Amino acid sequence: MSNLNRRNFMRVGGALAAALLSAGILTNTAFAADTSTAKVMTTGLAVTDTTVKVGILHSATGTMAISETGSIQAEKLAIEQINAMGGILGRKVEVIQEDGASDWPTFAEKAKKLLASDKVAAVMGCWTSASRKAALPVFEKENGLLFYPTFYEGLEQSKNVFYTGQEATQQILAGLDWIAKEKKAKTFYLIGSDYIWPRTSMKIARKHIEQHLHGSVVGEEYIALGDTQFGSVINKIKLKKPDVIYAAVVGGSNVAWFKQLNAAGLNSAKQTMLTISVTEDEVLGIGGENLAGFYSAMKYFQSLDTPTNKSFVAAFKKKWGDKSVIGDVTQAAYLGPWLYKAAVERAGSFDVDKVQAALPGYVFKDAPEGPVTVEKNHHLTTKLRIGQWGKDGQAKIVYTSDYIKPDPFPKGYQ
Amino acid sequence: MFGYSMADIGNIMVMQGFSGLSMFTVLLLMALGLAIIFGQMGVINMAHGEFMTIGAYTTVMLSKVATTYGFVNYYFVFAIILAFILAFALGYFIEFIMIRHLYKRPLDTLLATWGLSLVMQQSFRSTFGAKEVSAELPEWMLGSFKPTPDIDIPINGVFVMVLALVVTAGVYMFMYRSRWGLRVRATVQNRVMAGAVGINTQKVDRVTFALGCGIAGIAGAAFTTIASTGPTTGTLYIVDSFMVVVFGGAASLMGTIASAFGIAQAQSILQFFMTSSMGKVSTLLVIVGILMMKPEGLFASKLRK
Repeated sequence: MSNLNRRNFMRVGGALAAALLSAGILTNTAFAADTSTAKVMTTGLAVTDTTVKVGILHSATGTMAISETGSIQAEKLAIEQINAMGGILGRKVEVIQEDGASDWPTFAEKAKKLLASDKVAAVMGCWTSASRKAALPVFEKENGLLFYPTFYEGLEQSKNVFYTGQEATQQILAGLDWIAKEKKAKTFYLIGSDYIWPRTSMKIARKHIEQHLHGSVVGEEYIALGDTQFGSVINKIKLKKPDVIYAAVVGGSNVAWFKQLNAAGLNSAKQTMLTISVTEDEVLGIGGENLAGFYSAMKYFQSLDTPTNKSFVAAFKKKWGDKSVIGDVTQAAYLGPWLYKAAVERAGSFDVDKVQAALPGYVFKDAPEGPVTVEKNHHLTTKLRIGQWGKDGQAKIVYTSDYIKPDPFPKGYQ
Repeated sequence: MFGYSMADIGNIMVMQGFSGLSMFTVLLLMALGLAIIFGQMGVINMAHGEFMTIGAYTTVMLSKVATTYGFVNYYFVFAIILAFILAFALGYFIEFIMIRHLYKRPLDTLLATWGLSLVMQQSFRSTFGAKEVSAELPEWMLGSFKPTPDIDIPINGVFVMVLALVVTAGVYMFMYRSRWGLRVRATVQNRVMAGAVGINTQKVDRVTFALGCGIAGIAGAAFTTIASTGPTTGTLYIVDSFMVVVFGGAASLMGTIASAFGIAQAQSILQFFMTSSMGKVSTLLVIVGILMMKPEGLFASKLRK
């Protein structure tokens, strides 16, 4: 309870600060914006009259490089575009990139280096929950600012972090509702990799299926990370014949899972599957032919047909090559620098406390996924989309939900 | 298992039996190269997984060439041969520049080959990119073979099975039916004596090491049919490979086969009746128990002293 009280206190405090600040912004604009460094930065950050230093902290080496490379690319693209538009408060953004090397303690160490000795104004980074959990104490102690791109299990909220991906309920509930209605699904088989994100997600999914959809879970299975033998699991699924397989398998296992499923005759013609762990990035490895017809629940797909998204995709391909693909997390990572720019400009300051207070309530209209709103709990209100995979590795969007408010501490689901 | 029809249970038993056999051949193929190097030379090759990755990338690259020039249906044969040749050549070279200096220092070979594995992983990442890729599989290898409408036997599983049998038979012929194998076994039993009767023991070491690596290459090529290929793919296989070799007893081909079969069956059956992770845990517990009673593994035999 004390936690909750503190959070409430932060909220009220934040709102108050925001109110005071917006008054400040008004006067600022009225006086044609005094943006001298002494005015906009009072806490010793690496901000000069012409530049501001921002950190990027992802794994460029090690196992996670597969996933995190896209995020690095998206963040660099956003920063390049921001600089082309004149930077943040007239200052050019300089990037200091550090490598977390897929090793969680390294993330904490590098975060400390970025905040304490480089004095970066903000950090775009972390990918797995484990790396975020490792770096979080550093961000809280040094009072840094982290923009975190990955969809994750929720159950966290820090004043030092903005979560630009979806938390679990945003990704899970609407997707299950859709498949239950559309496919008349009653029985579900849950399968995920064996770590915190799939386990928390499946817990929420099971509660939702049993209590709200009045369906039943006929199997729940967790696979060791990196396991590539699915023969026995697939046979169990064949015996239970669920209406829907609900999957959150990640990494190298993901590919083996889909390949073996197809080889065992369970393709989309025979089996409905909804996954929450397959984006365009994963499809590259899995191969479109193994996925064709299965569904993914994500907030963003590359194929999204809007002018903003098309120009984003074009810019991304121009910078990183024609063959690059953009998955959900890559798009979420792209939001980070833009949200930071908006927050600084709303606050009229680079000071972390002011930036934090200024961002909630902001609506980012030009996000490739469509307008998103930053909520007081530092998560985004977004839509959920269901994509059906095609052989070419792109998804056809078959369903778009209404806006879903983030709820990182869902009541009745824990 | 109640509430299912007899036919259902029969079908599942057939498929489950196949899945156990399939896992057996996968483990066997993984461990064979390692068993040769560890068993015959006492070298613990931590970079074994990366030699598999070389085979896998070879297949992926060749599949790209094959799609361009339209020989997708049978490129896999070439891929396997090429994977063997490349991994063999690299193994030969590595033995020459690195391993041969460390034979008297077994712990150092462990560190050195582990370092090698990191270097190789990063070179894959720099060369092929960090993202996972998949080989374009020939049409005939996709899907399943159906003896009855309710039984599906994955064709890629059958393919790996056949390949594992061919490679095992090849290794057996090489080790026990050829002049080369005779020299290898002589060197293992008594290096000084073997040298005295005119066997070039250095060359024997080099070829043995290279052969182990070459077989890892074949395994890597075969595994593109069941999983994807990335810079760190090798790390997925290395633990299982070691488990099979250690459990089987370092020096014997029979031991490796028996151990791969035992582990695969135990795991496959336990995973069916328990959850997947519990099945794996139980299998490991059994292995630990047996190794406590028989530290040399199932089939102990002489190691080079």
